[in-house]
Amino acid sequence: MNAKKTVLIACGTGIATSTVVSTVVQKIANENDLNVDIIQCKMMEVPGYADRADLLITTTVVDKDQYKFPVIGGRPFLTGIGKDKVIAEIVEVLKA
Amino acid sequence: MDSTIQQELVLLNVEATDKFDLLEQLACHLQKLGYVKDSYKDAVIAREKVFATGLPTVAGGVAIPHTDAEHVNEPAICFARLTKPVDFVIMGDDEETVSVDLVVMLAMKEPHAQIDLLQNLMGVFQDEDALTYLKTQNDKQNIVNFIKERVFNNSAE
Repeated sequence: MNAKKTVLIACGTGIATSTVVSTVVQKIANENDLNVDIIQCKMMEVPGYADRADLLITTTVVDKDQYKFPVIGGRPFLTGIGKDKVIAEIVEVLKA
Repeated sequence: MDSTIQQELVLLNVEATDKFDLLEQLACHLQKLGYVKDSYKDAVIAREKVFATGLPTVAGGVAIPHTDAEHVNEPAICFARLTKPVDFVIMGDDEETVSVDLVVMLAMKEPHAQIDLLQNLMGVFQDEDALTYLKTQNDKQNIVNFIKERVFNNSAE
């Protein structure tokens, strides 16, 4: 198993779309035998977790260059459109 | 605590000039029925401006406006179908919009209690047949039954 990665999953309120995305990402991690610590939060709380994060998945607008870790858009987990591509991206980041 | 859907929360043939007019109408409706507080309306409009909720799907655009739990009395979802689509900014996008004719306004309380509901709702948004049904069915009770079965699943019983 890989070293544990911290994944931030954020949306505007931290209660709606991030809930859906968190569930799917945990499932992806389990299926790929990836060790993750998922933190579900509001976008405005992300800076507080930035030091220990390895990946940010968000359904909101985000300035990707602002962070030292990769940022992936989570909308495909809501609409299904482009889902395979983001799953591959997430697995790649978490396996690294 | 279970969320609610019933005929009074299903609105067909809604007419709105733009998304803000629509959000106001739906928020007022939820408020009148007691599901949300007075503050919900302004909060949901403010939030839509910062965190847009338009979603392009396999069968056209939908939107899921919602806001912080503190403005909600009792969880519910309000289903609204528009006679004429209005533009919503796409979730996660700066300015790109999607034409929306189906809106599900969420009055959400704590996250994990509604996880099944949210996941099921997204499942419906990924299902072309389900969306087509919701966009064409004209009997409110049929829509209520469909949402109960597909979105609330067994969690509401």
